[in-house]
Amino acid sequence: MPVLEQPSDVLRQFCHGDLDAFETLFRRHQNEVYGWIVRIVRDPAAAEDLTVETFWRIYRAHARFDPSRAFQPWARRVATNAALDHLKATRSEAALPDSLSAPLSPDPGISDELRAQTARAFRRLPAKLRVVATLALIEEQPYKEISEAMGISTGAVKLRVYRAVRLLRKELKRLGIEP
Amino acid sequence: MNANDQERITQLLKKSMPPIAAGDSAGPRRDLWQAMLARLEARRAVPVPWFDWALLAAVSALLVFFPGAIAVLLYHL
Repeated sequence: MPVLEQPSDVLRQFCHGDLDAFETLFRRHQNEVYGWIVRIVRDPAAAEDLTVETFWRIYRAHARFDPSRAFQPWARRVATNAALDHLKATRSEAALPDSLSAPLSPDPGISDELRAQTARAFRRLPAKLRVVATLALIEEQPYKEISEAMGISTGAVKLRVYRAVRLLRKELKRLGIEP
Repeated sequence: MNANDQERITQLLKKSMPPIAAGDSAGPRRDLWQAMLARLEARRAVPVPWFDWALLAAVSALLVFFPGAIAVLLYHL
């Protein structure tokens, strides 16, 4: 691992396309970026690929980065866009990954069928609404963090959450489920 | 839709799709730097197709022998 101690030096060198500085930033932020992405896409394998995709986008945009600003919020925003693109590209009918520990211990108060139908209805939501609803309702991330990651206002986040819930309720009703 | 509806749907959602466990979001299961390096190398190694070079040569020759074509080229760009 390269020896670049001062964060500002690292960022300045990264802006000039220095690969060692990029590696330092990669190793410093990859866990946070991965953790954010896996919360959105809920698939560890896809999250790993998207972490690489995120840092690839970051590397390509190195010349546009302002070293006086913080790296992490920028990285999180790029990561959110990469995850959003992934959700748009993948089919809504795709099966839920079973490699996460959480789905392996489902809530006993809910049947497998209801769980599957709810998840299916949720995946039919538009990707932008799914991202916001996942982060706000399931992962309970603060609205402010979501708004910064998506580049929208907190008011827009609240509106998207409302629209997601309303559409989900409609979809569940269509499936014969009365929440 | 009222606040109760929203709360019920939120609870149903959380029961169906529980939050990612802390262990699962702590970090990737493998070192991704090697994958990152492979990605960087792959993009660097992409060769320029021969017909791109041929097109560049043809346009350059055209501009050298017919300077008047510069205006036409600029007009079409």
